[in-house]
Amino acid sequence: MTSIATAGVTPFAADLDSLERDGFSQDPQWIRALRKDAMSRFNSLGFPTARRGNEEWKYTDVRPIAQAPLRLARAGEAPEPTASDIAPFLLGDGSWPRLVFIDGFFNRGLSTPLGGQEDASVLSLAGALHSRSATARESLGRLAPYASHGFTALNTAFAHEGAFVHIPDGLTLEKPAHLIFLTASREGHTVSQPRVLVVAGAGSKAAVIETYGSLTGAPYLCNAVSEVAAGPGASVEYYRIQRHSEEAYHVGTTQAALGRDARLDSFTLDLGGALVRNNLNALIDAPDGSCALNGVYLATRSQRVDNQVTIDHAKERGTSRELYKGVLSGRAKAAFHGSIIVRKDAQKVDARQEDKNLLLSDRAEANVKPAFWIYADDVKCGHGAASGRIDEGSLFYLQSRGLGEEEARNLLVQGFVNEVIDKVKRPSVRSHVAELVKARLKEL
Amino acid sequence: MLEIRDLHASIDGVNILKGVNLRINAGETHAVMGPNGSGKSTLAFVLAGKPGYAVTSGQVTYDGVDLLGLAPEERARAGVFLSFQHPVEVPGVRLDQFLRAGFNALQKSRGAAELDPLKFDRLLRQRVKTVNVDPAMTKRAVNEGFSGGEKKRNEMLQMAVLEPKLAILDEPDSGLDVDALRTVAQGINGLRTTENALLLVTHYQRILNHVVPDFVHVLVNGRIVKSGGKELALEIESEGYDKYEQPRGEALPSPA
Repeated sequence: MTSIATAGVTPFAADLDSLERDGFSQDPQWIRALRKDAMSRFNSLGFPTARRGNEEWKYTDVRPIAQAPLRLARAGEAPEPTASDIAPFLLGDGSWPRLVFIDGFFNRGLSTPLGGQEDASVLSLAGALHSRSATARESLGRLAPYASHGFTALNTAFAHEGAFVHIPDGLTLEKPAHLIFLTASREGHTVSQPRVLVVAGAGSKAAVIETYGSLTGAPYLCNAVSEVAAGPGASVEYYRIQRHSEEAYHVGTTQAALGRDARLDSFTLDLGGALVRNNLNALIDAPDGSCALNGVYLATRSQRVDNQVTIDHAKERGTSRELYKGVLSGRAKAAFHGSIIVRKDAQKVDARQEDKNLLLSDRAEANVKPAFWIYADDVKCGHGAASGRIDEGSLFYLQSRGLGEEEARNLLVQGFVNEVIDKVKRPSVRSHVAELVKARLKEL
Repeated sequence: MLEIRDLHASIDGVNILKGVNLRINAGETHAVMGPNGSGKSTLAFVLAGKPGYAVTSGQVTYDGVDLLGLAPEERARAGVFLSFQHPVEVPGVRLDQFLRAGFNALQKSRGAAELDPLKFDRLLRQRVKTVNVDPAMTKRAVNEGFSGGEKKRNEMLQMAVLEPKLAILDEPDSGLDVDALRTVAQGINGLRTTENALLLVTHYQRILNHVVPDFVHVLVNGRIVKSGGKELALEIESEGYDKYEQPRGEALPSPA
């Protein structure tokens, strides 16, 4: 079997060559150099398919991705989606800045970008590479390391289409930026590679929502990379709502860097996907930074969902909170791999991590792996992990009040995830998430 | 209303109830007293239908129907209520939503109108006053982080909302200080009518000073060994259960 993972030069290299001669040829030199370097990294790394000694991918076997006859999606290969096609994915009152991507390509007609040079802007990345070249250059490809990460290298090698969100110092992005990435190709085996860059200046405030979804039942790979730079005193809400079809592969990496006193509130919702891997890394590289990284994942049948969350406390007095909860049925498997690093300078750090799973069937499986690397001596770190069934005592308690068994079970499952949903900071997102979760729980 | 005949029940193969007989009429309050391990909580759980308990023989008739043939929720809908000795925490489920779900399940089974959140809130506010609990409690997750006293009061609030015909109260006083005990007892008394009946299970006599029973039964080693009026509780308070407990596992003669 030919596997692109082991090839010295992958078919993607030829794709990049032809794009650099054509669609990418007008891009600034710095990004062309970045892509070239990333391509050569991917050529030598391939996909992380090794099953031995590959701790990072212990619970997620990406051979199905590496062995699939994948190809880059082509612009316009799917029928043009209509407003009603994207309606189920929308959020807010219609006044929010919105960028819609179909098979990875920016769709101007369905989008409502925002931006003047002095104001907050929510723009297509391809355009911003020219109009905001200096800002983009400062962070793009610099936050998310690709030297040893195959998927990130591949995404970076094609960094062109995507979203650019910039909030200058002291400004507030009044309405959340909604970035919608949909796969529509009916031919299947496409690769789309969304790239998101969020630059929040000193003291700025912003909310960014990424929605991933399918308009097709064909299999595909969505390989997303997001970089979030929160400047000193900035406050960023970052939401990821993943609603792929159960045929889709999704590998998403988000790398956030927090300045002094910066705040990051992240919430990740995973509902779809055959195989989903999320890497969420927060680097708190200045004193007094804080973050709350929460998530809910629901999986059934043969779905695989793997959340790898790393918080790197590099400086003192940082605070981090993590709460992830999963509900699994069928033969679904989930993994949560939470790493907390507290470096030598990071005294007085207060970090807490928790992952809980509710297993609704005998064959569902959850693997939880907390890891702490603590090099400072005056810190507070804690973690909790639990996987179990619906508590029979609780079930009886509810039934003894007149609730039927099914209603009682549903209420307990709903209650289990409510604890995380209640932490979603923005009410409009919270109610959207609550509705999606409620609907998906009925299918579990 | 309730007739228990020669009830035997076991859990994990261990016989706990060994022939309980008890008859309760509307308007009556019965207290079942007994030492630890005598089968008091088992009796309460068997009547409410907790899974895991096997009824090996005997019958329980409630309002003319075979109570043991009903699922726990069917018993609740028929008007049976169990106040738990250890109420369960239900994280993420708000008390008012939980109570409305239970209330509406009962309404629906009786062909009565279900209440929307607004109308139910009105009813709930009134019941909150009846049993004298902090209204803020109804916006918290069910029993989560509640103190022992709050949990017991919450059981009373649930009873006030669901208005059972037969309320089984399993140690409603355990873990309470004197003031909390008085509040809970007032709550119970406020819910007593000539139409409903109370079965109060307790180790100690003290709550019976506040909730005065019509009948007292002494349960020892899975059987009711003596029945009497409220004065029996005082006798136990001063003399203990010793004289009822059989030496070396020998069975006492059945009470006359």
